[in-house]
Amino acid sequence: MDFNDSPAEAAFRAEARAWLAAHAPAHVLTPGEKMPDTEEADRGRAWMRALYAGGWSGLTFPKALGGRGLSGPEAVIFAEEEGKYQLPKGPFTSIGTGMALPVIAKHGSDEQKARFIEATLKGDTTWCQLFSEPAAGSDLAALRTKAVRADDGSGDWIVNGQKVWSSWAHLTDWGILVVRTDPTLPKHKGLTFFVVDMKTPGIETRPIRQISGASEFNETFLTDVRIPDANRLGAEGEGWACCMTVLMGERLGSGAHRSGVEPLIDYAAATPDGHGGTMLDDRAIRQQLAEALAEEQGERFFQARLRTMVSKGENPGALAGMVKLAYAGRYQKTNGLALELRGLAGIAPEAGDTATGDVQYDYIYSTVMRIAGGADEVLRNQIAERVLGMPGEVRMDKNVPFETLKG
Amino acid sequence: MNFDLSDEQKMLGEQARVLLSDLSPFDRLRSLIDSGAEWDEPLWRALAEMGFLGAAIPEDHGGLGLGALDLGVIMEALGGANAAVPFMSSIILGAEAIRLAGSDAQKAAWLPKLASGEAVATFAYAEGPGPVFASGATLEGGKLNGNKSPVADAGIADIAVVLVAGGTFALVELNQPGVTRTRLDSFDQLRPHYRLDFADAVAEALPGAGKLDQLIDQAAVQAAFEASGAAEACLTMARDYAMERQMFGRPLAGYQAIKHKLADVAVATELARSNAYYGGWAAESSPDDLPAAAAAARLSGIKCLEIAARENLQVHGGIGYTFEANCHFYYRRERMLAVHLGNRGFWADRLLNAQPGSQGKAA
Repeated sequence: MDFNDSPAEAAFRAEARAWLAAHAPAHVLTPGEKMPDTEEADRGRAWMRALYAGGWSGLTFPKALGGRGLSGPEAVIFAEEEGKYQLPKGPFTSIGTGMALPVIAKHGSDEQKARFIEATLKGDTTWCQLFSEPAAGSDLAALRTKAVRADDGSGDWIVNGQKVWSSWAHLTDWGILVVRTDPTLPKHKGLTFFVVDMKTPGIETRPIRQISGASEFNETFLTDVRIPDANRLGAEGEGWACCMTVLMGERLGSGAHRSGVEPLIDYAAATPDGHGGTMLDDRAIRQQLAEALAEEQGERFFQARLRTMVSKGENPGALAGMVKLAYAGRYQKTNGLALELRGLAGIAPEAGDTATGDVQYDYIYSTVMRIAGGADEVLRNQIAERVLGMPGEVRMDKNVPFETLKG
Repeated sequence: MNFDLSDEQKMLGEQARVLLSDLSPFDRLRSLIDSGAEWDEPLWRALAEMGFLGAAIPEDHGGLGLGALDLGVIMEALGGANAAVPFMSSIILGAEAIRLAGSDAQKAAWLPKLASGEAVATFAYAEGPGPVFASGATLEGGKLNGNKSPVADAGIADIAVVLVAGGTFALVELNQPGVTRTRLDSFDQLRPHYRLDFADAVAEALPGAGKLDQLIDQAAVQAAFEASGAAEACLTMARDYAMERQMFGRPLAGYQAIKHKLADVAVATELARSNAYYGGWAAESSPDDLPAAAAAARLSGIKCLEIAARENLQVHGGIGYTFEANCHFYYRRERMLAVHLGNRGFWADRLLNAQPGSQGKAA
């Protein structure tokens, strides 16, 4: 066991660190700064272009497709170093490289790979994910958006339906889309996967005002949207396999990161308690901070174990969901405590107190972290079933034609 | 980065598990309780024969000279079996205190005997209610006075390393007229505790001073391995029972109320194990990181075993409350381990005090 880098890893890290030190500062976001989402998108695109120009985009993608063809821990090392800067990454860039490209690389035709991979790594093509629907979130395969072949013999598909919770759909070029093509089959069988040009007539996106005040999510209405068959990914009716590839990428991508327990300790140590000491003297607060810190460290070292598995060619599978489950809950707890520590100023900070503003935002945002990318309850089921080998849920919809299901 | 045990370490842990499942099944634990036994002496002899007792004792003192992670996989197996042996007292604390603070003569006299199992040691640090680490006992002119209570495994120990005034250690042989051992009513029936009274007992100082922190940090890491091993055993036991038990026409394990409970236990156990790994690595390779690593491991070890032991019994329902079921061994052991070596408040303080930049220690 060694927590340190091997000589080769250390050399790669030094190279990454030096490149980031030279290029990242020009792109970093100022804490608390608010900007229009179009500007945030432009800045995300500019960062992608800088990464590509420097040879840091698509580290694990084949060289022939514009990547760097690496297969070891380098992507993890680069992500760790990049994570030290507050960069305009967001879903804007991560959906493309983290979710769309893996599914294209695995299920796409050679033509599709050539068309999309390098363009995405360069920042020229951006992606959103058109998966969830108003009645199909955790139960994704309950989706109702349907596609039928056009009756003009072109082989094109005509899509009708509604998607929701699509981050950045109003600003991106392309979407990964899963739809129902055969409602007479059981729900997981009749699905087909497409890539869709978001400028196609009939696509309308409406930003959803969120509880945070931001509107990065959208609902997307698809009305007689025509998609050429060349934009189908994988075989007709095999869309669920593509979805699984996407979700695996999402799960592995949403791992633990540091979430501010240490700054919170410093904050408590610097804030008077009104009795001649500091907030950090309060035993109840000490206990909560210490427990949060121990959990945060446990998540980080568990993540290190998973990365070791990946670097040995093993698939962590449902273990990856454990980190996300632990992290999302603790993130909410930690930010709730952070607000409490600020007293009344936590709920109504003075003008210019951007630090408290960030904590408020994180506390609100933490609610969606427990839902998106696998809700707590879905992850607990997966851990129980796939890690502990317990029975699956009772299914009323198994082997039943989708069109006969109620709901 | 390679954050995994080596193949050799995994094999060592597997050897320990096989030995323990052969020699220390639950029925054996029940018979030890019924007979009022002090410990499982045949098991101790078997552990000695396998070389486990001397795993981390230096080779020139009769051990194998292995490291904290090797010890950790053994502790994980001992925790899983809920074994009735003084491994923590004699090896993790007693022998290590002598190795850290003892003179060459003290090491030569005792480490080979502890490694072979010929002698058993304990570490006496508490003095009744109040602070867990108390140093009211005194060593003056080779005479030890005062009392220590409770002291684990003191009924079978040949020697005790005693925390005395000034925060230093005294080494005392327990089989002498100046020492009175009084058996206490121990909550964990498989881990008897004693009150020790010293009245001019003949004792000698361990010359090394200032070793208490390192000793208990190392032991905290090992306690986290023990806890994660015990939690894993609780989880497996609960899962297996829930798979077998039918309720309302299907296995109990199919209900989300049960699945979600055990998923949470599994997550807490993996986090604790991960912190223990880091603690083991820090103990061997990065001493500056040990204080924070040990405290985090200790806190998450307490937490995972607490929920694992409680939910294991809960999943078993009424049968879990019987002496014939096996849940109670862990349920009692958990409380013992939660306060042994300092409770979570004590370790929360240590974790915060080990953070760079943080100040303000609670009174």
